[in-house]
Amino acid sequence: MIAVCRLDQIEVEGGVAALVDGAAVAIFRTHDGNVYAMSNYDPCAQASVLARGIVGTRGDVPYVASPMHKQAFDLRTGQCLDDAAIRVPTYDVRVDDGLVLVGARQESP
Amino acid sequence: MSPHHRRTIVVVGHGMVSHRFVQAAVERGLTETHDIVVVGEEPRAAYDRVALTSFFEVGAEALSLLPDGAYDDPRVRLVLGVPVEAFDPETRSVLLADGEVITYDELVLATGAAPFVPPIPGHDLEGCFVYRTIEDLEAIRAAAGTATVGAVIGGGLLGLEAANALSQLGLETHVVEMAPRLMAVQVDDAGGATLTRHVERLGLSVHTGAMTERVLGEHRVTGLALKDAPAIAAEIVVFSAGIRPRDALARAAGLATAERGGVLVDERCRSSDPHVWAIGECAAPGGRMYGLVAPGYSMAEVVADALLGGPGTFTGADMSTKLKLMGVDVASFGDAFATTDGALELVYSDAVAGVYKKLVVSGDGTRLLGGVLVGDATAYGVLRPMVASGIPLPDNPEDLILPAGRGVPETSLPAEAQVCSCNDVTRAQIEAAVAEDGTCDGPACVTRCTRAGSTCGSCKPLVKRIVEDFYATQGRTVDRSICEHFPLTRQELFDVVAVHELRSFDQVVAAHGTGRGCEICKPAIASILASQLNGHVLEGQTRTLQDTNDAYLANIQRNGTYSVVPRIPGGEITPERLIVIGEVARDFELYTKITGGQRIDLLGARMEQLPAIWRRLVDAGFESGHAYGKSLRTVKSCVGSTWCRYGVQDSVQLAIDLELRYRGLRSPHKLKGGVSGCARECAEARGKDFGVIATERGWNLYVGGNGGATPAHAQLLAGDLDRETLLRYLDRYLMYYIRTADRLQRTAPWIDSLEGGLDRVREVVVDDALGLGSELEAAMARHVDTYFDEWQATLEDPDKLARFVSFVNAPGTPDPHITFRTERGQIAPAEPTGPVSLGSTIPVGAP
Repeated sequence: MIAVCRLDQIEVEGGVAALVDGAAVAIFRTHDGNVYAMSNYDPCAQASVLARGIVGTRGDVPYVASPMHKQAFDLRTGQCLDDAAIRVPTYDVRVDDGLVLVGARQESP
Repeated sequence: MSPHHRRTIVVVGHGMVSHRFVQAAVERGLTETHDIVVVGEEPRAAYDRVALTSFFEVGAEALSLLPDGAYDDPRVRLVLGVPVEAFDPETRSVLLADGEVITYDELVLATGAAPFVPPIPGHDLEGCFVYRTIEDLEAIRAAAGTATVGAVIGGGLLGLEAANALSQLGLETHVVEMAPRLMAVQVDDAGGATLTRHVERLGLSVHTGAMTERVLGEHRVTGLALKDAPAIAAEIVVFSAGIRPRDALARAAGLATAERGGVLVDERCRSSDPHVWAIGECAAPGGRMYGLVAPGYSMAEVVADALLGGPGTFTGADMSTKLKLMGVDVASFGDAFATTDGALELVYSDAVAGVYKKLVVSGDGTRLLGGVLVGDATAYGVLRPMVASGIPLPDNPEDLILPAGRGVPETSLPAEAQVCSCNDVTRAQIEAAVAEDGTCDGPACVTRCTRAGSTCGSCKPLVKRIVEDFYATQGRTVDRSICEHFPLTRQELFDVVAVHELRSFDQVVAAHGTGRGCEICKPAIASILASQLNGHVLEGQTRTLQDTNDAYLANIQRNGTYSVVPRIPGGEITPERLIVIGEVARDFELYTKITGGQRIDLLGARMEQLPAIWRRLVDAGFESGHAYGKSLRTVKSCVGSTWCRYGVQDSVQLAIDLELRYRGLRSPHKLKGGVSGCARECAEARGKDFGVIATERGWNLYVGGNGGATPAHAQLLAGDLDRETLLRYLDRYLMYYIRTADRLQRTAPWIDSLEGGLDRVREVVVDDALGLGSELEAAMARHVDTYFDEWQATLEDPDKLARFVSFVNAPGTPDPHITFRTERGQIAPAEPTGPVSLGSTIPVGAP
């Protein structure tokens, strides 16, 4: 896993984009203290923008809404909540000593 | 034929059916490939002939189906006041009376019908009229000025309309009908007798079974001679003895016609010439002509469909009728005369109240076949669809015609039941329109969108009932909660934030919500907080509430880049500043375009370039501008009295002042303004949320204008205001809107949604009926006093600037997904190619 930033560089309910092994990864921090990572590429809008979306909850599901056309993606799985056929790849992520570490891309379950 | 070659459709006639054909053609895209030329002989555009009698009360304008006198679609040309002389199927050309020759690819005849005037002696004396056009009614009205008695020959539907018109004009009126009863085609003897009593109670004289032998008089009409009855004295005679299809053009061109008249057409409404079509009363599909508007509308749709290559056919029509004649309801539907084998009749009659109702049911009593209603036709809306859909009768069918407590009898129609016969709309279509994923939010919207109830209106109560019942089955009242996190409307949220002085999303959600918000409530709460606090949109927690445009103070584009639109108040700019904008665009390699709001759009800026672009603009004395966000965009102006020889006030100065006053104002939706220096309105101010137009004595203030998908003209709120009053009213109007509108509700629908509409706005803003005036003004004064340049403030704050990097761990590496191609000499986004990887060779800095 590689360190990409300090945790305090990500706002609560905000996101940042990082370059991980050449790929654009969006990293989010939720209100309950969790950190999630998924590809920054919004497959609906075909643009690298997800880190700039609004983070919220739908029921108990934490998600990010694409800033382009507002499709919602489950932060835990990358599953698009508005279209069962669409899923964004997620990445291993953890916080260690105040640093955010991103690891391998998850193959789809 | 080349696909780019446009074809031409010529439509002869411009009545109701012709109008419907053009509407259908435009709506369904026929004008993408065809030009349409409509030639009408009447001096005015199509009007509602069904409501012709109301002409004396409401005038020609209210009857018009095309009040602007032209179609919005520029590919439709409307020629009025010019008869067609002939057409030639060989050369496919039409000759107009003014000599113009128009060639066609397809010809649609919609010439309608003409009143039938029986060839009795004296039929052409002065004082004889027919009843078909507005011009006919104008002539009758002119003649009625010097007359005291009128007679109508014909006691059918139109004859009674004409008699009503004469009676309204103050004439003693006679109705002369050859058949033994009035409205012989629609109602039975008992129904006719009930109708006669109604008509006589209104002071008219009815002569049934009376044959007119001749019209008396030398040059002018003096009366009617009847067979086997005393003569009637009258100075005006109106013939209303039926109509005949106007098929003379088709006959002259050698087309086949029906035995009893009318252009013979097949079920596609195509005549014996494959390029000539006929619709409405001039057509005879299968040899039969239809003298009602609804079948004509169906034929119009069928021909539009056929010209688009569709499969639609006209296979006959429901000849059911419902109308109000002299205040008396009359309806006839289905097998009204019980001609079906074994049919039974159920009759309810109340001679005192003047009500007669008859149901015709099948021999086994299970199905409704038809009926007649006189004096009370409220059940028509339910009964007619029962006939058409064949649903079983309820156990006590007499309940359907017995006097009932409520307006529309209870019944459950099947989904495919036709509710509106004029426009062929089923219950299923109405329910689909108001379903969750439908387009409508209530009965009025259903009528607009599906046309159900838009022609004769008889089904409107049923449409309303269907919508209400549907909502009830869904457990739905109209829920205006903003989202799942707050059980409140935007207005209620605004009020609780104000009353409890809430200062953050966390406070609002703790007090009134659940969960952690979403892309709907978060920007709305950010906007509400901004309206009340006017802090920086990126301050503290508010940043994560913002949509990306507010979060990055620029307007995101399809490839993830942003546009920057420097503020140019009122659209006025010096050459030096123009040069600065040009230099910035050149140095950052941005695409430039002039906007509709009198600004210059600079597109293609990467997020990390934004601060440097703002720096250049700020240093040159600009601020960036809101071309994004739910906030004031621009106040557009014309050049005004300084330069324009017509201008009466300095519109540029006022536009600059207004834009600077309201810039940065956060609102439920975007806000646009305009100021015109004279009544010529070159700034298009009435297309704006607030528009100001100069008068000799001051300024007129218009509100609620919107462009976009649902355009609306702004309406006059107050006239001839001095500058101080204008600002006061504007402050109040905008703050009242900000406080009470729904999220994403623009000013036009907001005004519509207020109880009382524009009058309500006037009460609050002009009359200060709520005593809110000074509070609204104070709120606006706070906004004006605390405004600051949010782009410059971002440049001065390292914490905020830290957000403007492509990658948190590689700030200097541009996002590889953003690439450009060249188009017309400028950059344009390259086609997206999917996720891009730079590979692992790119050096990435330590955090």
